[in-house]
Amino acid sequence: MLQFKVNGRDVSVDVAPDTPLLWVLRDNLHLTGTKFGCGIGQCGACTVHLDGEAQKSCQLPAGSVAGKGVTTIEGLSADGRHAVQQAWIAEQVPQCGYCQSGQIMRAAFLLTKKPKPTDADIDEVMSENLCRCGTYQRIRRAIHRAAGEASA
Amino acid sequence: MSTSVTRRDFLRAGVAVGAGLTIAVYLPSCAPGSKTPVTTPFKPNAWVRISTDGSVTLVVDRSEMGQGVYTALPMLLAEELDVPWESVQVEQAGAGKEYYNSIFPSQVTGGSTSVASAWLPLREAGARARAMLVAAAASAWAADARECRTENGVVFHDASRRRLKYGELAERAAALPVPEKVTLKDPKEFKLIGTPAKRLDVDAKVRGKATFGMDVEVPGMLVAVVARCPVFGGTATSWDEAAAKQIPGVRQVVKLSSGIAVLADGYWPARKGRDALKVVWNEGPVARLSTENMRKEMAVLVQRPGQVTRKEGSGGVVRGGKQFSAVYEAPYLAHACMEPMNATAQVEAGQCTVWVPTQYQCGPALGGGVQEVAARVAGLDPSKVTVHTTFLGGGFGRRVMHDFVVDAVEASKAVGAPVKVIFSREDDIQHDFYRPPTYARLAASLGADGLPTGLTARVVCPSILASAFGAPKDKVDDSTVEGIANLPYSIPNLLVEVVQPDWAVPLGFWRSVGSSQNGFVVESFMDELALAAGQDPVEYRRGLLSTKPRHLGVLELVAEKSGWGSPLPDGRARGVALMESFSSYVAEVAEVSLNADRTIRVHRVVAAVDCGTVVNPDIVAAQVESAIVYGLTAALHGEITIDRGRVAQSNFHDYPLLRMREMPVIEVHLVQSSAAPTGIGEPATPPIAPAVANAVYALTKQRLRQLPLRAVPG
Repeated sequence: MLQFKVNGRDVSVDVAPDTPLLWVLRDNLHLTGTKFGCGIGQCGACTVHLDGEAQKSCQLPAGSVAGKGVTTIEGLSADGRHAVQQAWIAEQVPQCGYCQSGQIMRAAFLLTKKPKPTDADIDEVMSENLCRCGTYQRIRRAIHRAAGEASA
Repeated sequence: MSTSVTRRDFLRAGVAVGAGLTIAVYLPSCAPGSKTPVTTPFKPNAWVRISTDGSVTLVVDRSEMGQGVYTALPMLLAEELDVPWESVQVEQAGAGKEYYNSIFPSQVTGGSTSVASAWLPLREAGARARAMLVAAAASAWAADARECRTENGVVFHDASRRRLKYGELAERAAALPVPEKVTLKDPKEFKLIGTPAKRLDVDAKVRGKATFGMDVEVPGMLVAVVARCPVFGGTATSWDEAAAKQIPGVRQVVKLSSGIAVLADGYWPARKGRDALKVVWNEGPVARLSTENMRKEMAVLVQRPGQVTRKEGSGGVVRGGKQFSAVYEAPYLAHACMEPMNATAQVEAGQCTVWVPTQYQCGPALGGGVQEVAARVAGLDPSKVTVHTTFLGGGFGRRVMHDFVVDAVEASKAVGAPVKVIFSREDDIQHDFYRPPTYARLAASLGADGLPTGLTARVVCPSILASAFGAPKDKVDDSTVEGIANLPYSIPNLLVEVVQPDWAVPLGFWRSVGSSQNGFVVESFMDELALAAGQDPVEYRRGLLSTKPRHLGVLELVAEKSGWGSPLPDGRARGVALMESFSSYVAEVAEVSLNADRTIRVHRVVAAVDCGTVVNPDIVAAQVESAIVYGLTAALHGEITIDRGRVAQSNFHDYPLLRMREMPVIEVHLVQSSAAPTGIGEPATPPIAPAVANAVYALTKQRLRQLPLRAVPG
């Protein structure tokens, strides 16, 4: 039985230890906000926080998260009030929206490391996540907006 | 003489069915313990529902795949209905004839038609409902309806200072006849149309709460991953499932028409089970097909006369003057929606329910939608099939197809349980319906003034309609030449021909369809002609567009906003391109430099767009940004190659998408227009590849005639 924390809750699930965290979240815990995009760590749609670090959950075997704390988009804020989520709304970032959970989790992580990221910081960190709708320009604006609001 | 079928004609070839109106019915639905039961008596048509508590529900009958229909279509209804935008609730439509697209006789989201086709019908639906509410108020007050006005969900009779809320009128209005004639608002009265109203899907999408097909869960559901023959058209001759069945969580292995499906408790065991299957494939004759031999064949076919799709004057290049010719090539492309293909089906007790991210719910236009296809596979009447459309994690034309629906329905029927079929990303890239490749030879004769006296285009491109929808192989598919056959430039002698080879690689509609490659062909060639004539590319085009005011309008606007002709820092250059598609006009200027490895860096793209009346300028801007990124991804990276009858690429490491670090600044400028709205999801894709290639030429004097535009020779 695998035990870890998700969004502050203790959970225990009976899965093969090689099962990627992504599928434990989606299929066992019904937290479908974290998305499957590529399965090989290329697209970032499955990005979550593992003990505060942004990680691609398709690349994390369930066995490796035992005892650790995972935050998903559902746990980023209680009611969508996180500065990054609010900035995403203000800039009307999402189109199809499928990649946006991962983008938001990556951006929230970036802001914990660099509260005032430069464009170069955004390029470096956000290039981990693909968006087929091409919302990158709005993502950049939203991160700058969230950074401004975070300091206000 | 050639015979010709356009995509729209083809789509119209099915049964013509008028949009029906649903009958208002009284549906009591009161929460236990509540004093006043809330009912929804007022349903004057298929899109508007008003409850006795005043809540307004608007039905969206197109698929939300990022393009904003979930917002733009309700805006049309809410505008004429006169209800406050903040109070509107939106609901996804089921499948039904009443939701057929007025351009295609089917419930299809495609061809950039959603707003264009809804522009009148949805406003009329809103206006009819409003007229009935006004009539209900007038009868309640014994007043003249012409003395009543509406605002924010309330009917007013100013003379007597009386007012009634829509909710209070819902029951009375439901008893009234639906008016045949209705007057729409003068555009000057619009309060909502033309404003950047907030998207109605964004709140759910930033909280991970939007339900995509991938997120559907049905009690008792199994997840299926299918082993498909890597070679197109190949079939399974035998398989060994022993190892797959050893994997904990794997429940069953069944043969489907697309391959061998492993069904399990979740994706991971199903995927491991699929990978553990030992399948012997009969690869069939396609196993010899390769990009290399297809290119050789195209180079031969381009030498032969094709079917004529457009002829002006004496037809093509004329003798005398400067002669100029060039060959352009574009590859197969995959759609690569962020959400891999999937569908969930439950076949049970003579009923079939499908939950699916689809662009095509029902109707005969392209051989049947989800409803007809699921019915055929399940052996049921279409009336026994219920279609639930989820949010789509991208569509781009891929989700017009139903291969994933067939998989899910076959699997559910076979095992007697609900089944969700999920494509791995590798399945998604290797079993797509691809944008066809093109090999085009263009030739022109130039007069003493440098302007073209004649132009001949011969295009070698396979037919999407033949490949995907069974159209005759020798019939011209207009999408092969769209973008070229509608060349807007004044050229007295013009000849456009097409040769349609027939290969086994499945083809489909890919964002902006034929214009996606032909924009590159034509607008690169026009640039070459301008430079051969020693003229500025904007000036040259301007001179050939004097009878095309809307083309000219976007060209002038983009030249102004991009600072065309003004100095740039060393190592940078600009290129321009212009294209009409889906009845909209887009001109783009790209500013490029070269990276140290001589790959192309695009810094800035300025777009000028004329798509008629703009319903929501922020969504239009977002679609232009999106279409440019989609086209730029293809321009710089996009290439599917075929080797031994199979797709050589498999995932984002070898079919890369544009990333944040490559993202240019995009500026969108809209032409003010009172014309009816036209397409916006696709038209900004075609101009970007030629704008970039033309900028690369301006910078390096190297002409890139083959997509994708990889490193520039040094």
